[in-house]
Amino acid sequence: MAAVAGPGGHLGAVLDAARRGARETRRVWRGVVGEDAYERYRDHVQAQRARGAADHPLLTEREFWRDRTDRQDVNPQGRCC
Amino acid sequence: MGAYSSGPAGRDRVGSDPGRGALGVEDLPPVAVDDDVLDAESRRWTPARIAVWAVVALLGGTAWVVLAVVRGETVNAIWFVFAAVCSYLIAYRFYSRYIEKHLLRPDDRRATPAEYKADGKDYVPTDRRVLYGHHFAAIAGAGPLVGPVLAAQMGYLPGTLWIIVGVIFAGAVQDYLVLFFSMRRGGRSLGQMARDELGVIGGTAALIATLVIMIIIVAILALVVVNALAESPWGVFSVSMTIPIAIFMGCYLRFWRPGKVTEVSVVGFALLLAAIIGGGAIADTTWGADVFTLDKVALAWGIVVYGFIAAVLPVWLLLAPRDYLSTFMKIGTIVMLAVAIVLVRPVISVPAVSEYASTGQGPVVAGPLFPFLFVTIACGALSGFHALIASGTTPKLVEKERQTRFIGYGGMLMESFVAIMALVAALSIDRGIYFAMNSSAAATGGTIEGAAAFVNGLGLAGVDVTPGLLEQTARDVGEESIVSRTGGAPTLSVGLATIMAQLVGGRGLMSFWYHFAIMFEALFILTAVDAGTRVARFMLQDSLGNVLPRFRDTSWRPGAWLTTAIMVAAWGAVLLMGVTDPLGGINTLFPLFGIANQLLAAIALAVCLAIVAKRGLFRYLWVVALPLGFAAVVTITASFLKIFSDVPAIGYFAQNRAFTAARDAGETSFGTAATPEAMDAVIRNTLIQGVLSVVFVTLSIVVIAAAVAATWRAYRSRASATSEDDPVPSRIYAPAGLVATPAEKQLEERWSAVPQDRRPVRSGH
Repeated sequence: MAAVAGPGGHLGAVLDAARRGARETRRVWRGVVGEDAYERYRDHVQAQRARGAADHPLLTEREFWRDRTDRQDVNPQGRCC
Repeated sequence: MGAYSSGPAGRDRVGSDPGRGALGVEDLPPVAVDDDVLDAESRRWTPARIAVWAVVALLGGTAWVVLAVVRGETVNAIWFVFAAVCSYLIAYRFYSRYIEKHLLRPDDRRATPAEYKADGKDYVPTDRRVLYGHHFAAIAGAGPLVGPVLAAQMGYLPGTLWIIVGVIFAGAVQDYLVLFFSMRRGGRSLGQMARDELGVIGGTAALIATLVIMIIIVAILALVVVNALAESPWGVFSVSMTIPIAIFMGCYLRFWRPGKVTEVSVVGFALLLAAIIGGGAIADTTWGADVFTLDKVALAWGIVVYGFIAAVLPVWLLLAPRDYLSTFMKIGTIVMLAVAIVLVRPVISVPAVSEYASTGQGPVVAGPLFPFLFVTIACGALSGFHALIASGTTPKLVEKERQTRFIGYGGMLMESFVAIMALVAALSIDRGIYFAMNSSAAATGGTIEGAAAFVNGLGLAGVDVTPGLLEQTARDVGEESIVSRTGGAPTLSVGLATIMAQLVGGRGLMSFWYHFAIMFEALFILTAVDAGTRVARFMLQDSLGNVLPRFRDTSWRPGAWLTTAIMVAAWGAVLLMGVTDPLGGINTLFPLFGIANQLLAAIALAVCLAIVAKRGLFRYLWVVALPLGFAAVVTITASFLKIFSDVPAIGYFAQNRAFTAARDAGETSFGTAATPEAMDAVIRNTLIQGVLSVVFVTLSIVVIAAAVAATWRAYRSRASATSEDDPVPSRIYAPAGLVATPAEKQLEERWSAVPQDRRPVRSGH
């Protein structure tokens, strides 16, 4: 996870580590701001289907985001002081 | 829901070889690192590890000596950072692990609600680092930025000690415990847990107390915004521009590009910067100054109307996009402030402990160090409000049980660090300016001459402020005046502007940084006001639903509008009382904010106490009893002083009697109230504040008594019972802390070797 460049100092390895680090940072950032919500939902539904659970409609991305904010309307989350 | 199952406490372990659990998951790696292996790992003291911890301990110790023992003329701000960070590291490594091992005993073989209730929407197993960010963004707001600023009048040491020691033994413990217990109960809310653990009376008292406390907290946060924006056309313009910006972002996400959160946040942030820069230009024009210069009463009404509309509008239009913006700003500015403090290392010339710690006659907030320091700084050291978050969204997203330590305890440590930085920023400005800004207009007369005379008349060593300095500072930050800008936000903004200007842009950019800081504080607070109103409305609807079932239906418009109006009217009344208060507003009301927040903490800890007792862990009960006892003593003492003190500046009823006596004696002005109407206002306000204090303290005593009774019953019967959900075997694995240990890494690699299609789903990885 936390990519550490080996002591060999090969440029390729360093670049590789940097790329991995950047990817990891991007992934965490998208998670923190909540941008990956749809992907996580899609993964979940697909896994349910793969397991053979019956009748799992997959919302489209647009439907999902609408549903998400609309559910917040009836399920408010506190924000702290 | 809430059904009790009795049985031996040992029952909460799931299977002996969970990798091949009852579900028949054949040949998958185990879902937890063996307890013995973890234990051995944490006990293996390699020379490198010993060296690292020795350095941490030495550096932290040195920093504390510099802060607490060495008495120089000045102290460098970097020592605050070292003292805080080293203390946090040691507390996290040793104390939180002690709590984990003996009190909570998480079991990674048990599935969390995110796993066994997974629906891809509310219950989603979430990467621990992502959830840490989420949780931090939800708990941190304007609170830790405001309290420490006001407490700086007592000198730097009391606030620093309380923030750091308080978070280690109280605040972080509360957050961790509530998160863990809620997670073990399927993400149940604090109110539901209170009902389960404390019975009908304790549970009902907890519910009412929570509702009243939320009203007070929202009102006083709104008061902070009003005080920061009054008579400031620049601030009013840029903050009101956040509304169209948020609506634009909301439409963007709804209609054009759903889900592009980062993209829209960057656009929103750019627009926000434009609004700040444009605000300066508009405030300079005559029409701009005419339109956007509002007095406190007009602004308060503006926020009341705004609060109502924002709470009934659909979430996607205003709340959700502003929340994205606020998260973006929160993470950005906190990192920026930390970097700036480390690079600039401002020098602080405030005494370690000022005379106001003992006399209790400080002009910012009245009352001596004990107990008022501990209620002035609530958020950052111990914040009851967090219990609502830690029993709300976060427990539904935790992936593995052992991660609660990092998220709950660790998340609160980060908020405490924000409070330390706010304290440093407030301490770094000239003490004369500090008192001129934070003494109420009743004391300073609102003029630079009056403020200079008042502050110099306080007789503080080394404090000498001139009207010229106050005027120059106001001009530097682009304001008409900085005298009596109480509430903490403007002071923090001046401090931040001073520090940032040394890093980027010099004096010329001070006004930008000042309004940038005002903007982000206002953004946090408006989000909290809006979200708080919504949450309170749902609580009210739920309670009314017991009598009038129609109110249960949250989509019933008239019911929603009526309950929203009731909640807005309640906090709006307190807000208007604060802005029109002849005694100053912040200095009389802020203690109520802290008391309310700490009482909520006492309630949350009381629930935790009962739960720990019912688990039969009496040897470790002190971990909860210590912060609970302290919070109870502090808040009950503070409330009693507010109710029974004979000193008018402290006791609400003493003030009330003094003004009533003056009115009955036929006087037309008394103290800081110049007219008979003002005197009537004081009599009315102090009565309301006094009654609120009585309500708070009564409810809290009921809750704490119920918890102690439940604890005593558990002790007497020695039978353990649990209200936890039944254990379900887990089928996924993830490490616990920020960085995986070698054993955790090994197991993680075994999991990543399992072919994708055979792996139970861990979305988002």
